[in-house]
Amino acid sequence: MFETLTLSTLPPEDEAIRPALRALIAEAISELPVDRRARSWQGFDASFSRKLGQAGYLGLSIPKSYGGADRSPFTRFVVVEELLSAGAPVAAHWIADRQSGPLIRHFGTEEQRQFYLPRICKGEALFCIGMSEPGSGSDLASVRTRADRQEDGSWLLNGQKIWTTNAMHSDYMIALVRTSGTSADRQQGLSQLIVDLKLPGITIRPIVDLTGDAHFAEVFFEDVRLAPDALIGAEGQGWKQVTAELAFERSGPERIYSSVVLIDAWVRHLEAVGRKDSATMRLAGSLTAQLAVLREMSLAVTARLVAGESPVVEASLMKDLGTGFEQAVPQLIGDDLAANPDEPVDAELYRTLLYVTHIAPSFSLRGGTREILRGIIARGLGLR
Amino acid sequence: MDMQELIDPFARLIEDLCTPAAVRAVEAGGDSSAMWNGFVESGFLDALVAEEAGGAGLSLADAAPLIALLGRHAVPLPVGDTMIARALLAAAGVEAPAGPIAIATGAGPAPFAAVASHILSGSPEVPVLSEARVEATGVHHDVDGYAPGLDGKALRAVAAMLRAILISGAAERVMEMTVAYANERSQFGKPIGKQQAVQQQLSVLAEQAVAARIAAAIGARSGLTPRLADAAIAKHGASLAAAQIAAIAHAVHGAIGISEEYDLQLLTRRLHGWRLADGSEGYWAGVLGGLRMDEAGKPTADFLRAA
Ligand SMILES: Cc1cc2nc3c(=O)[nH]c(=O)nc-3n(C[C@H](O)[C@H](O)[C@H](O)COP(=O)(O)OP(=O)(O)OC[C@H]3O[C@@H](n4cnc5c(N)ncnc54)[C@H](O)[C@@H]3O)c2cc1C
Repeated sequence: MFETLTLSTLPPEDEAIRPALRALIAEAISELPVDRRARSWQGFDASFSRKLGQAGYLGLSIPKSYGGADRSPFTRFVVVEELLSAGAPVAAHWIADRQSGPLIRHFGTEEQRQFYLPRICKGEALFCIGMSEPGSGSDLASVRTRADRQEDGSWLLNGQKIWTTNAMHSDYMIALVRTSGTSADRQQGLSQLIVDLKLPGITIRPIVDLTGDAHFAEVFFEDVRLAPDALIGAEGQGWKQVTAELAFERSGPERIYSSVVLIDAWVRHLEAVGRKDSATMRLAGSLTAQLAVLREMSLAVTARLVAGESPVVEASLMKDLGTGFEQAVPQLIGDDLAANPDEPVDAELYRTLLYVTHIAPSFSLRGGTREILRGIIARGLGLR
Repeated sequence: MDMQELIDPFARLIEDLCTPAAVRAVEAGGDSSAMWNGFVESGFLDALVAEEAGGAGLSLADAAPLIALLGRHAVPLPVGDTMIARALLAAAGVEAPAGPIAIATGAGPAPFAAVASHILSGSPEVPVLSEARVEATGVHHDVDGYAPGLDGKALRAVAAMLRAILISGAAERVMEMTVAYANERSQFGKPIGKQQAVQQQLSVLAEQAVAARIAAAIGARSGLTPRLADAAIAKHGASLAAAQIAAIAHAVHGAIGISEEYDLQLLTRRLHGWRLADGSEGYWAGVLGGLRMDEAGKPTADFLRAA
């Protein structure tokens, strides 16, 4: 079972992009304290995203004719690894680069590709994902937001989305909505629409989280009129498209690196205070060893994307294991630091620890919960 | 060479020689010479010996699927240990004995020492061969044993990689058995595998089995004189997985899993033994932690790429 996940090597041409990319990142993060860098892919900086786009680091798998780099998911692995390891603020372009771009490229019309993709690749068109609703979290097929086709071919959109990351900063939302039937029809009758968030009838209210950040929002639609070409892909095929999209969403190295900025800050702390007892070495080694295996698993999943597959089960397996590790990190490092109460801990490290500690529950919620992922794995095992 | 051309015959050989009944007989102290001779005659014991020295010249990474099969079938003799020992001895120009060789790397029990004719200690470059003078562990049906008075510390990394590969093979089989059992066993009118609580446990088992396999592959890629970091990552990951896999497999099997006549225990007892042998996850974590702290200024991601 799962034999397709094997060790794979990053191609040298992808490894080769690290130095130049690193220089660009170093410039952007030089002023950022560690606890800001620990925001990982939730740190928002539109001008940095545009710089990445200008330098050709976005839309890596999009063909050149649409402004992309025509490279492979391996290239994105390298770019993402560099960005997350450094703690660069990547949220602005994150969703467009990871999933909206590939979605438009696969399912969009030629006009839609020409219209959106070049701007996505430049970091100039920011996207958000409108899947969750107040009554539809894990049970995504129950969405109630509706778009009704009008006689002139346009759409009339009504309903509400919630937890939409960066809705308030985004230009567009790709929304999963009901275009026929009722929520009792479940997966039938769902479609994806590209919603221009500047249209009248749209209200966006940011939601503040327990760390004081506001990275997600509620979005209300009241008789919003969308042009006929707002539909992306085929009418009624929304569920199938979303499933393909989720394989992209769940498969990247962002599912193992969310706490890595904290690990690195802690390792620097150990060196600064000169602590080298065996319990400390074991903890440092254990975290490193686990991450080594996770990194190879993540690369193995990326290799399936490179092979043109949609590794839904494999991505779930890697994400569940990876987010469990990400969540264990603040717990273990917290215990380690507080088990040495006479050792001075820099306030920046303490803030970083507490930020990661508080936000960690989200790691196994966003992109599908632990329980839902394990259900997908169980199906892969032939149990359901 | 197409490895499948070696894997299939080796799998058939093991299935013939090491049926669960034959494994139980050896564990109970029965004569193992017929089983051993089967491996000797197959020629596989020299798989890792260089071609110039009359072997097949496989790399450890190539041979890993063969070694994993030994774990998968709970082969009760040191076939993997002997493969490695014969390769190291040949490279050092020492003639290997015909019998089974176990590798001993510390004061604790050495896997398969109780059924070995010889013990290998020393280092990869200067392997030391001794006749087996082994003390039993006293653990029920154990084939492991103490080999006192030998210094094999320098072999610990290569032995750890071997153990990681054996664990990965056993883990795979335990996963398959447990999933199959969950689909068969019915309670409350439906297979227990339809219960979500059971499914969630099996998903964790699967994650750990894949993690063990990837960890073992990281170890195997650096060959018979492994880089310390690779060995550490491999054995840490496999040992960590071994204990969790055994626990979940037994929980899902219920009482039948711990009965002697059911085959699961042949594998889970091995998982525990291999986890503890040649350094547990905690030992290797300490080793890797030392290497990591030597480069404390480096981001972890960079350390891993160099590892
Ligand atoms: C930081 C963050 C960012 C997000 N960004 C976005 C975004 O950009 N766009 C978007 O659309 N959504 C986003 N989400 C929402 C996310 O997708 C949902 O939180 C997630 O799908 C779970 O839904 P829920 O929160 O309503 O929990 P619920 O579905 O109500 O689940 C609550 C609990 O019940 C469990 N549960 C539910 N059903 C089952 C079942 N059948 N079996 C076993 N257990 C079950 C869950 O696992 C969980 O433990 C984001 C969430 C977070 C935390």
